Amino acid sequence: MNLRGIRAIYIYEMNRSFRTLIQSLVSPVLSTILYFIVFGAAIGSRMENISNVSYGEFIVPGLIMLTVQMQSVNNASFGIYFPKFIGTTYELLSAPLSFVEIVIGYVGAATTKAFSIGLIILATSYLFVNIEIMHPFFMIFFLLLTCITFSLLGFIIGIVSDNFEQLNIVPMLIITPLVFLGGSFYTIDMLPVFWQNFALLNPIVYLISGFRWAFFGIGDVPIITSVIFILLFTSSCVGVIWYIFKTGYRIKN
Amino acid sequence: MSVIISVENLVKVYGNEFPAVKNLNLNINKGEIIALLGPNGAGKTTLISTICGLASITSGTIKVNNLDVIKDYRKTREIIGLVPQELALEPFEKVMNAVRFSRRLFGKKDDNVYLDKLLTKLQLFEKKNNIIKSLSGGMKRRVMIAKALSHNPQILFLDEPTAGVDVELRKDMWNIIKELKAEGVTIILTTHYIEEAEMIADRIGIINKGELLLVEEKNKLIKRMSVKTLKIKLKKTLTQIPKKLNKYNLKLIDEGNSFHYFYNTSKEKTGITSLLYDMNEIGINLFDIQTEETSLEEIFVKIIKD
Ligand SMILES: Nc1ncnc2c1ncn2[C@@H]1O[C@H](COP(=O)(O)OP(=O)(O)OP(=O)(O)O)[C@@H](O)[C@H]1O
Ligand SMILES: [Mg+2]
Repeated sequence: MNLRGIRAIYIYEMNRSFRTLIQSLVSPVLSTILYFIVFGAAIGSRMENISNVSYGEFIVPGLIMLTVQMQSVNNASFGIYFPKFIGTTYELLSAPLSFVEIVIGYVGAATTKAFSIGLIILATSYLFVNIEIMHPFFMIFFLLLTCITFSLLGFIIGIVSDNFEQLNIVPMLIITPLVFLGGSFYTIDMLPVFWQNFALLNPIVYLISGFRWAFFGIGDVPIITSVIFILLFTSSCVGVIWYIFKTGYRIKN
Repeated sequence: MSVIISVENLVKVYGNEFPAVKNLNLNINKGEIIALLGPNGAGKTTLISTICGLASITSGTIKVNNLDVIKDYRKTREIIGLVPQELALEPFEKVMNAVRFSRRLFGKKDDNVYLDKLLTKLQLFEKKNNIIKSLSGGMKRRVMIAKALSHNPQILFLDEPTAGVDVELRKDMWNIIKELKAEGVTIILTTHYIEEAEMIADRIGIINKGELLLVEEKNKLIKRMSVKTLKIKLKKTLTQIPKKLNKYNLKLIDEGNSFHYFYNTSKEKTGITSLLYDMNEIGINLFDIQTEETSLEEIFVKIIKD
């Protein structure tokens, strides 16, 4: 293991976000506060409790998921795409680093960032609501796994993309809609029956449901389904990365 | 001399295209400077990329220090530094941080004393806390070299280190390369400037269309290929070469005031005596005589053409 090499990538990536602290930290926190004001305070005051949870509390897990998923994907995809764009990948490829080590460096940094932002948003939410987390350890585990998985996904997007347009298109056209429709702001049974079935095709639903279970002990689907789902999701991302590594697809000429 | 890099039957095909490198064999000796010459698209960069791990190998084997570059990639890459053809640097990073990052990627412990020395040698010390974006093109090129040397490599690849660099900096580069050689570093460089190969290389390899046409010690190559030119200045202007002198392949120049005769010093007979004799026979008087050696450039053009 080239631990120093992994550390170099990790530190480098973390420094990059400190250089752009406003973009990487302030903006996700600010947008979450705006969500709280609009959905939690303004609309939420007119909403009924959902399974004894006030609407303001109800949206907290969804908002955290929404933000960490987008942050993981954006951070990891940009992290590996940028060296490709400016041509500095030559250095990674000519160094005594394995592909796995490169992945650990980039995905580790993206995960750290997204995870921290998730915790910061959770802390921020206490300004608005008072939540008692029912299964705190499971909550941390689930959050971490989500960050890792979406960072892996982002890494894949960054490797596959040839230009900035492609880099943005998957997050914009696929991930954002899925995340927004994944039940951050409502439970699936609030939807018309037809759309309920449709919603169950959305993988994000299972993640948000599982995360919400960690908070309140309730979810759209049984918790075990959520756990199986996230593990499936994680392993498919690992599988794709393994394929990229085996075939040298898009990394080596 | 011991071999430090050996390339055997290397083939590299990009996608389904024509092979960029075809069945190439090359041994590089420890401590030498070898210059690879060849026209655009010859396969020089491709060869380097396969050795350094940037491009996969279609077939063949490459060994560095007797270790396979794929199986033992950690050990082989550890001792190689690469300066690629294109400038590629993170614009907002400080010089020192960029160089330190490279060293760490190679798994080496931080060593600020060594890096300071390196930056001093490359005349970058004053700029060590400047961001790369603020440097001139020549300085950026030196940052690329500093990054490649950050982990004390035993082998250094320089892919066109002096392309688009002014005369001053080119001479600086040559000095840096010579110093590295004195420290025992093996250097492989590609260049389009034949003068450069002539100045600093121990051996020269010529690549064309993915094939290594020859590798030879520079001095031997120049000697072997050396066609000398004899310039004969005439007393009277000629409008054409007399028939009797046709067999000498003379070339009339200076509006008929002189002609060129080409001969090879490696051959037994140069033909100079008989030319002078024949000229005397038909009454052409010479005014002055001069000889010129062929440059490597002319040799190069000749080899590529053949
Ligand atoms: N990434 C790539 N994908 C496809 N073809 C490539 C790639 N890189 C190089 N080639 C092709 O391989 C051949 C050799 O290119 P290479 O870059 O090795 O030449 P070179 O000798 O370094 O040329 P130059 O002097 O212009 O740098 C060329 O025909 C080139 O088009
Ligand atoms: Mg080249």
